Amino acid sequence: MDRKNQEELPSDLTKEQLLAMYRKMQLIRGFEGTAKKYFEAGEIGGFLHLSVGQEAVPVGTCSALRKDDYITSTHRGHGDVLSKGCEVKRMFAELYGRTDGYCKGKGGSMHIADFSQGIIGANGIVSSGIPIAVGAALSIRMRGTDQVAVSFFGDGATAEGSFHEALNLASLWQVPVIFVCQNNLYALSQPWSHSARDGNLVERAQSYHIPAESVDGMDVIAVYRSVEKAVDRARSGDGPTFIEARTYRFMGHYVGDPGAYMPEEEQEEWRKKDAIAKLRRQLKMWGYLTDKVDEQIATDIEAELQDGIEYARSSVIPEPREALNDVYVHFDYLGRPLKEESNHA
Amino acid sequence: MSTHERTITIRDAINEALFEEMERDDQVFLMGEDIGVAGGVFKVTSGLLERYGPNRVIDTPIAEAGIVGLAVGAAMTGMHPVVEIMFCDFTTLASDQIINQAAKLRYMTGGQCAVPLVIRTTMGAGRRTAAQHSQSLHAWFAHIPGIKVVLPSTPADAKGLLKSAIRDNNPVIFFEDKMMYNQKGPVPKGEYTIPIGEAHVYRSGMDATVICTSSMLYPSLEAADRLKEEGIHIEIIDLRTIKPLDERTLIKSAQKTGHVLVVDEGYQSFGVTAEIAARITEGAFDYLDEPVRRLGAADVPVPFAPALEDMTIPSADQIYSVIKTMVS
Repeated sequence: MDRKNQEELPSDLTKEQLLAMYRKMQLIRGFEGTAKKYFEAGEIGGFLHLSVGQEAVPVGTCSALRKDDYITSTHRGHGDVLSKGCEVKRMFAELYGRTDGYCKGKGGSMHIADFSQGIIGANGIVSSGIPIAVGAALSIRMRGTDQVAVSFFGDGATAEGSFHEALNLASLWQVPVIFVCQNNLYALSQPWSHSARDGNLVERAQSYHIPAESVDGMDVIAVYRSVEKAVDRARSGDGPTFIEARTYRFMGHYVGDPGAYMPEEEQEEWRKKDAIAKLRRQLKMWGYLTDKVDEQIATDIEAELQDGIEYARSSVIPEPREALNDVYVHFDYLGRPLKEESNHA
Repeated sequence: MSTHERTITIRDAINEALFEEMERDDQVFLMGEDIGVAGGVFKVTSGLLERYGPNRVIDTPIAEAGIVGLAVGAAMTGMHPVVEIMFCDFTTLASDQIINQAAKLRYMTGGQCAVPLVIRTTMGAGRRTAAQHSQSLHAWFAHIPGIKVVLPSTPADAKGLLKSAIRDNNPVIFFEDKMMYNQKGPVPKGEYTIPIGEAHVYRSGMDATVICTSSMLYPSLEAADRLKEEGIHIEIIDLRTIKPLDERTLIKSAQKTGHVLVVDEGYQSFGVTAEIAARITEGAFDYLDEPVRRLGAADVPVPFAPALEDMTIPSADQIYSVIKTMVS
């Protein structure tokens, strides 16, 4: 798409929709910056994999989804789950390992889920969410609903066997799944060229007879339009779609990785393509955003993030015994019936 | 046998359980390699495709990780998949989906979801199929929190336990010994289930306890019959489920007899026999007349040649000899 087209006022998106996308991208970036700050301050433990720079991909994608559609996500999934509807405060509470977190402090940064919004799990194992999403899509077809399932994953996942098995099965059975590859050009520290000889993911998906396209992952509107087409196809029973969204991880693999292997010039080049700055420019050009409103958005987000941190800090630390619950449905960690259930026996 | 029972094979008992559960619940569906048109490599799923059609009896490509991954996704979103993995040796290909996903998703998400998935697979040596089609890997899965592991030894147990597994909201791995499919036994007519997690005192005795799993029941019975002729009365406990483990029944029996032998077809080291020995030592130490004895598969890859393979599996002769040394 040429630059002129991109700058044209979109007829398929309202001002409110566009501002919501803008706000959500800002919120994700703010969330991750705040998480990084308190991680470095020692308040948040574990691993923290940030998606700063990639916000347009999940926001564009989830803007085309319904609440009852499913997503699977990855270790770098804050943006994905926030886009699908997770709340900042319960996200922070999870990162702080507190009872009000989405997973009651049992999952942490890599495992956030909210089944009430179709978020069936971020996943710490690279590529493992892909067949799970295809399975959710199979379930959709069997139950006869018009939901769709989206699997988010990175370029690194495409070298895993599960990726290939999942694409093959999705294509074979024509289930309503959309594969959204967030190609941020790095798998751990390894550049994309070290993961695949040709580097052409679209051809790779097409080789499984799955309609595929590559979109500018730094353009939220382009991502939205691509996913919307895929959603229409999936809801109409026309099977899976593969979308490669070319994007960039502005930071290292995890907080603490300086990303020294990412060339300076490359980083500079991609920062110029920043999706948030781009949409801000467009919104202003279209008369949808004034400096005053922009400042208000920033202020509101800052307040939401600070409130979220306070919520997390004041949320209750789980009772140590709680570690033994939730292993089995209706059973304790050794598989013995829970007390209230065994009473009638 | 009463008029409420008939004699059928384990194969037919499992087949009946699948028919009845698919009839009972539309969310139950089957997936696996060669399970539809071919009726399963051991013919356990015969007739199901004809009855329930290709949308509920799905012949899959050879893709264990993919199949189990799809089943996990389907299970979390309202379906009850029953996956067949032809040989448990092939569960290695799906181990991430079983161990990191199915077993942990409920816990990692703070109890938000259930993964009502059943994986049926085969175990056991003796079929001359060598090292990659003969293992008994059930202990591996019992090691993992979040999974239940069931391994029946009789047709009645196989049917009742599989029905319970399909109705369970947790991931269950259901091990069928491939050498036992033709084993016949009485099976009740009509609807019944057998609860997961209850061992079965198959035969009562005062002199020694043999705790066994799956097909190891049969050489244990054979040895016990011979010992009975010599006036030695063996209590035989069929575990039926190793996770959760019916520790109470085992400890009670150990306290009664003071002599315990555990027989299991998994590799002896770090396996079921070791775990049971530890539990009984912890729970019945003061009652034991000697250490808990163990017979597992030899710690070697299962060999092909019959003369080699046979010596790697616990036999009735070995069980007999070990018990003789224990009680004499």
